[in-house]
Amino acid sequence: MTVSQPQTYFEICQLHAAYSAAVDSNDWERWIALFTDDCEYKVQPRENHERGFPLATLALLSKGMLRDRAYGIRETLFHDPYYQRHVVGQPLIVSDDGDLIVTETNYTVFRTKLSQETTVFNAGRYLDRVRRTADGLRLASRLCVYDTEMIPNSLIYPI
Amino acid sequence: MNKHPVFPIKPAWEQAGSSRIPFWAYTDSDLYKRELERFFYQNHWCYVGLEAEIPNHGDFKRTVVGERSVVMVRREDGGITVVENVCAHRGMQFCRERHGNRKELVCPYHQWNYNLQGELQGVPFRRGVKQDGKVNGGMPKDFKTEDHGLTRLKVATRGGVVFASFDHDVEPLEDFLGPEILSYFDRLLNGRQLKILGYNRQRIPGNWKLMQENIKDPYHPGLLHTWFVTYGLWRADNKSALRMDEHFRHAAMISTRGSGGQKAEVTAGVTSFKESMEIEDKRLLDIVPEPWWGGPTAVMMTVFPSVIFQQQVNSVSTRHIQPNGEGSFDFVWTHFGFEDDTEEMTQRRLIQANLFGPAGFVSADDGEVIEFSQQGFEQKPFHRALAELGGLECEDTEHMVTETLIRGMYNYWRKVMEV
Repeated sequence: MTVSQPQTYFEICQLHAAYSAAVDSNDWERWIALFTDDCEYKVQPRENHERGFPLATLALLSKGMLRDRAYGIRETLFHDPYYQRHVVGQPLIVSDDGDLIVTETNYTVFRTKLSQETTVFNAGRYLDRVRRTADGLRLASRLCVYDTEMIPNSLIYPI
Repeated sequence: MNKHPVFPIKPAWEQAGSSRIPFWAYTDSDLYKRELERFFYQNHWCYVGLEAEIPNHGDFKRTVVGERSVVMVRREDGGITVVENVCAHRGMQFCRERHGNRKELVCPYHQWNYNLQGELQGVPFRRGVKQDGKVNGGMPKDFKTEDHGLTRLKVATRGGVVFASFDHDVEPLEDFLGPEILSYFDRLLNGRQLKILGYNRQRIPGNWKLMQENIKDPYHPGLLHTWFVTYGLWRADNKSALRMDEHFRHAAMISTRGSGGQKAEVTAGVTSFKESMEIEDKRLLDIVPEPWWGGPTAVMMTVFPSVIFQQQVNSVSTRHIQPNGEGSFDFVWTHFGFEDDTEEMTQRRLIQANLFGPAGFVSADDGEVIEFSQQGFEQKPFHRALAELGGLECEDTEHMVTETLIRGMYNYWRKVMEV
């Protein structure tokens, strides 16, 4: 493990901020643009993760699949409208080999449905592999491992 | 002036038949308790899990039958015990882990310990405690451990699936399912070793029956679910059949995928049909027929009251209905594969799982519509829902333009509930 420079830490924080801003404003193009071309994005119950079960609630294995999900959200899934609000903690930099940075970061997602109070929708941590690219840091993979034992009905937007 | 009180004082099912279901059938808490009693605790087999979840001696899984917490355990002799998770002493739900391995079942409160059959082994201080040459306390002389075991459920297994019943007089599982439903059960679960792929859990704020109805309703998939209609996975013009047991309580919806895509009468005016929709990553629908399908590409089986067995192309799962109050249930998905699956097939099942579960392209919205139906029921319980597509009768059909399975379920429900 190399000790990351403050600059790297700052850039990782920026990546998290950009991600939250994208998903909280339903800007799926911006969300997709934060990933590398050969990316993976999964949302997985902590139970499966810790017991070695491969099933994920969402398992998107390419940028194409991310776009398929975005299309699904926009065009095919019927659901109650809601806002989501991410609050993301301080990243832990696990390793950094100069090309790939491995990080873990706690997150909470609040959900607000129209005419309803705000509730905690999903809590967990991001296990990220972040690649340095010519365009800046991009997510090579993001695994959202969530503690939330019961999804409050459905999960439509990416976490 | 409103002719009906909004909240009927004495709910009565006035209509003949079962095609018009009173909203109060979903909202009345007394009726709900009677449902627990008559469907979940008497006369019926409820799903508790898969044998593959507890492969080794001492493995256990905590789950529920209705609202009652139970523990399914693998005994030393390879058999399966299901006991109620309530200590015989002070009633404590002693098992807190959801899974694990134990040599015995111990209640931490006073360390009453039970063997894996649920029999009480011993209790601390049974013969009192010696102090200054005299014995203090202890259980009465006539206290017998054999009188204080855990409540044991009757257990039946078939094809790797474990069912349990609090009612030891319940009919054999095979009779409970009936020959027709049993044949579809055996098609999916023919004795092959199952491989657990993982769980999904969601809490749906709606009456538990709505989930049974959702999978007895072939009307909605080709309308609500864009993916189904656009890719021909489930469409009103698919070759299909609907089957029930003799009581109309269980059902199978059997469908063979059509060509999809093209414009047809059945998609005319269906706004969810998207002619130009193209999946970017084709792996989402990389369907490979398996020999055991024997034709149909999807068989959705509702086993009343507690479980749904799903085969939708290469995705197979059980969906456990765990009611918690008249207005809510937990819906627990166990995705699995088979021992002889290639790594490629396992990946295929995992990728197709994107269609199902709480975030699924064709399942997330099922939970949503159930929630909103419940909201409608709550606001005017005097009113009724309609299930009259295809007529008023309860009958097997060779098409899916019908709500016959829902009528069948309420035909049975009315008899058992005596309403």
